[in-house]
Amino acid sequence: MAAREFWKRHENLYFALTNKKVLIGISIFTLMILLAIFGPALTPYSYDEFAGEGYLPPSKDHLFGTTLMGKDVFTRTVYGLRSTFAVGFIAGTIATLIGCIIGFLAGYYGKWIDEALMMITNIFLVFPLLALLIILAAYLPYRGIMTISIIVGMTAWPWTARAVRSQTLSIKNQGYVNLSRISGISVFRILREDIAANMFSYVFMVYILQFSGTILAAVGLEFLGLGPTQGVSLGLVMQNAVNWNAIQLGLWWWAILPGLVLTILVVSLYFINTGLDEVFNPRLREM
Amino acid sequence: MANQKQDSIMSIQNLTKVFKSGLFKPEVTVAVKDVSFEMRPGTILSLVGESGSGKTTIGKLILKLLQPTGGKILYKGKDITAIKDKEGLKEYYRRVQAIFQDPFSSFNPLYRVDRVFDMVFKSFLNEDNKEEKIYKALESVNLNPERILNKFPHQLSGGQLQRLLIARALLLDVDILVADELISMLDASTRIGVLNLLVELCKKNGMSVLFITHDLNLGYYVSDYTLIMYKGRLVERGSTRKVYENPIHPYTKMLFNSVPDIGKMWDRSKEFLPEQVVHDVRKFYKENQGRGFEEVEEEHGVLFSDTY
Repeated sequence: MAAREFWKRHENLYFALTNKKVLIGISIFTLMILLAIFGPALTPYSYDEFAGEGYLPPSKDHLFGTTLMGKDVFTRTVYGLRSTFAVGFIAGTIATLIGCIIGFLAGYYGKWIDEALMMITNIFLVFPLLALLIILAAYLPYRGIMTISIIVGMTAWPWTARAVRSQTLSIKNQGYVNLSRISGISVFRILREDIAANMFSYVFMVYILQFSGTILAAVGLEFLGLGPTQGVSLGLVMQNAVNWNAIQLGLWWWAILPGLVLTILVVSLYFINTGLDEVFNPRLREM
Repeated sequence: MANQKQDSIMSIQNLTKVFKSGLFKPEVTVAVKDVSFEMRPGTILSLVGESGSGKTTIGKLILKLLQPTGGKILYKGKDITAIKDKEGLKEYYRRVQAIFQDPFSSFNPLYRVDRVFDMVFKSFLNEDNKEEKIYKALESVNLNPERILNKFPHQLSGGQLQRLLIARALLLDVDILVADELISMLDASTRIGVLNLLVELCKKNGMSVLFITHDLNLGYYVSDYTLIMYKGRLVERGSTRKVYENPIHPYTKMLFNSVPDIGKMWDRSKEFLPEQVVHDVRKFYKENQGRGFEEVEEEHGVLFSDTY
């Protein structure tokens, strides 16, 4: 009985845990996290070390083969995965936070505050972000994972702000928001308890999308050579591969395998997202 | 104004609300135009009109959920649009409350129903004997506190939720209660109970109720005064008996004619096309050009023409 009560209270959790897409997505995602955490312990090499002969295809000693100079690609990939997760987490959080705050304020207050905030948002939306990122990155002589994350996070929020704003607009007209207003509740509490709390599932999904979006944006930057000046990341590994003409020289493992890892990671996030969409939206549930 | 009396607690004067959307080429919707009436303690005023006639907007304006474009809302002689600070607002909501149309959407689904009482206590009342006061209020709306408190909104029926909201308003001992389509979401058997409760409380506590409805029968059943709205204009105003016995404005006449009677089967000829109504009203205004809102007898006023 107790178990039944529990599932009744946490209906969404039940549907999430029985949804195939969510399960597949979470499994792959967890696997990737484990790889990022324990991967470096599995390999005897360090990411900058010349681990063996160059030009070695994948084998038992070098799971993903070696680069032209003999660095271990697997080691570089798992270390890169760590920084990629860090970027996704930091930049995704920044983008979601800024987007939510601007969306809540614009949607709730309306009028000129809405106009002003949406104007800023639209400017960010149409702004050639890549150019901005290139200029910003070029001006910073030292760039760590943190810097990259902040730059990406600060530019990824506009569409979140727009989406959150429209959701806020629709919740704002609910009776309970009006009831809270005439109950003398502070705006901050109304935003938190009445609006944000009822959008939790939505914001959660936005966060997942931002996570994968910012990862791809950061890899894009790194691929252009604007990545971190120290350390290693997935984008950097692939950039090196391209710089050294890996594909043309037949070192397909150098470029393809890190890319594959990245693709699988983003696809798993996509699976979680579409699965959760079905969970939170009863009309999409497969019965 | 002929029916103005000394004891009016709220006075609405030439209230106008225009909605504008879009910054550069605004689309203008006139929701309420030039509406005036008085609210007195211990009386129920029903605001009748079709959907889109602006009756809910008036309720929201009184509750300060919207800002009026023009006109005044005087509460105890003071203009409420001037209230901007947090303390002033709290003071106002301490005395002016509402029960909204949809009981299901009036509760935040994530919290237990007690939250509506907690908010009221935190903002307006001291917390001594909180439990006792809530129990008393719930009992006076015929709810069993044991079975209601600590539940989530989806575990209660619409009637129970609606009565919870009435209990909430009771706790505050308000001067003015805006009841927006109070019982339209309730089923027939609970309706009469809620209505009687409202009238009883109004007479006992001397509160003034603005009863917003589209149902003429309900208006007649509960109210002392009646206001008829049509397209944002107040077209007829007066004591309920006089308005119902002697409707003058063509829209009001049409409303009364279109009420289905119990014991009569349907009648095809009894249909009123919107175009016909618009035509009739226009004709009426044209015939009475130059006249504005006039009192035809004591406590009975009619809008004769909208171009004065």
